[in-house]
Amino acid sequence: MSGEPFVFHGGIDLKELLPYEAHDVRQLLEQVGRVPLESLFCHTAAALLHRSAQPTGYPNDFAHWTGHEIRDQRLAERLAAIDPFESGSLEQMRGELTATLSDHLQHFPPSVPGPGIEPFRFFQTHLVPVPTGHQARTLREFRDALAEVDVSALFYHLIEARYRLGRGRGDFAEWVAAALELPQVADRLGAIVPYGGSLERIRDRHLTVLTAALDEQRR
Amino acid sequence: MSSTVSVARLDDYRQVAPRGAVDLLLRLGERLQGRSLVNVSGSRYRGLTIEVLNRLVPILNDLGIDTSWEVTIGTGDFESITHTVARALAGTEQVVTDAMLARLREVCAENAKRLRLDADLVMVHDAAPLLVVESRAGNGRWLWRCHHDLSSPQPQLWNMLRPVAQRYDAVIFSDASFAGSLSVPRFVIHPSVDPLSERNRDMGRSEQATHLDRLRVPRDKPFLLQIGQFQRSHDPLGVINAYRLVKKHYDLRLVLAGSAPGSGDNVLAEVQEAASQDPDVRVILLPPDPQTEMNALERAATIVIYKPLSAGFGINVSAAMWKGKPVVGSLAGGIPNQILPGVTGYTVETVEGAAFRIRHLLGNPELIGRMGAAGREHIRRNFLITRHLGDYLALLAMLTK
Repeated sequence: MSGEPFVFHGGIDLKELLPYEAHDVRQLLEQVGRVPLESLFCHTAAALLHRSAQPTGYPNDFAHWTGHEIRDQRLAERLAAIDPFESGSLEQMRGELTATLSDHLQHFPPSVPGPGIEPFRFFQTHLVPVPTGHQARTLREFRDALAEVDVSALFYHLIEARYRLGRGRGDFAEWVAAALELPQVADRLGAIVPYGGSLERIRDRHLTVLTAALDEQRR
Repeated sequence: MSSTVSVARLDDYRQVAPRGAVDLLLRLGERLQGRSLVNVSGSRYRGLTIEVLNRLVPILNDLGIDTSWEVTIGTGDFESITHTVARALAGTEQVVTDAMLARLREVCAENAKRLRLDADLVMVHDAAPLLVVESRAGNGRWLWRCHHDLSSPQPQLWNMLRPVAQRYDAVIFSDASFAGSLSVPRFVIHPSVDPLSERNRDMGRSEQATHLDRLRVPRDKPFLLQIGQFQRSHDPLGVINAYRLVKKHYDLRLVLAGSAPGSGDNVLAEVQEAASQDPDVRVILLPPDPQTEMNALERAATIVIYKPLSAGFGINVSAAMWKGKPVVGSLAGGIPNQILPGVTGYTVETVEGAAFRIRHLLGNPELIGRMGAAGREHIRRNFLITRHLGDYLALLAMLTK
């Protein structure tokens, strides 16, 4: 256990409204093909940042909008099934989104939007990273700090690191493997899938794995 | 606002903010020590914005960020013009003459000479000081914090003021649906509630009872509550009709509390007439600065209704949810952004919809507790002043170096 300590960072995100919006499914398809990739990240993986502790259902903003505003449950379900954490890259996810929207439009031409429908407004997230003041050198310190840090640290080290910045399996698993030399624990942490959950739930699942690993060490 | 100027330190929020949030803010504050922020507003005494600034300015200074608050001043005609311009920007047709705009420009230029605006970040709040930016100098970054709905401004006026707004480095809106069309970056920062203010602080049942007795609200039955001005846009008559539909099935009261507006939109007499026919409808004219009274009423209510026909962000919804109450609200303004339908309350479009949802809650009392708890957590994560502070710190970090 001679590696560098793990320094926990959190972040505060600012949402910038972009000059793109969609009033129906056809416009959504056009705009999804046009907006910066950062915006697709904001409406899929980064939706975790603002999801309430009680999830309301759809795991990304596109599915939520088609389900609740357009009231097209079939399309909402198909968009909900697109997993940004499995797509490989944001560009590939853009391809999956446009393919799903195109296919749906071929079979179900869009109806005229009813009155009072809120358009889909595209955002971009700016994350300002901040050290939380917590750091860890051992598995126990790591588990204890993870239980205390602001929930944005889960986003920064798992979602931002892994799916936007391409840092391996995420910072937690990489550090546990490299600094603590615990590859099996790292595998278990790296296997935690963020899709469909909330950051607090993801924290709980990490704590479960870490607590079990500490129990094993004690035995 | 005597109720909000008591000094709170950031550490005081540890008991109410999400886990780890205060530490994160302290660390970001440390990183930004020595930078400066000046707020510019047209008043120091009116509105929810002012309450939030009253709290944020001392906390920012406590963090080591040199934060000041300047207020534009002018003669009576200036104030009248700024109100007219604000209403026109919010979409209400007004007569705004070239002479009025010239006067606005002149007074803002005079203020710009007088005010201390040499800061790393200059945040100008709302319409009154908007034109101060025409005198901007130095290297500071300038933000326009537009608290009202700019989605459908009076076109001629907006054609003249839009180039002014675009002299800012960015514009901040309270809700995405309020954003005007601009070529500069637009950020969305929702309003917030201060859990330690007089309006939202914890209040025990005995203190609640004291205030309810003083307001002559009997405590023998559950009650529905709407707080809002007695004007047509707040739809108090619609709320009474929803209550009447519910009253056929449940023995409860309705409390309508608010102030009487000075304008012609006043429906107080109609509300009082309707209430006079039902002893279980209580109409309360709140005193000036009624933070304590609103706190007590919201905490004692069974379900809170907020059903305006048009609204700004409607942060009253968050204030009620913070007190653990399910809210039945309309779809106006920023209300749908605060209520998670079926989780923290319901959004409704009609009187019948409001009655149906209230009946549903009363028929499933376990839902009232569950939704109330979910609502409080939702507000803790998304609508507390600590989140608001973080947004401002992040702006400072991102826009100034």
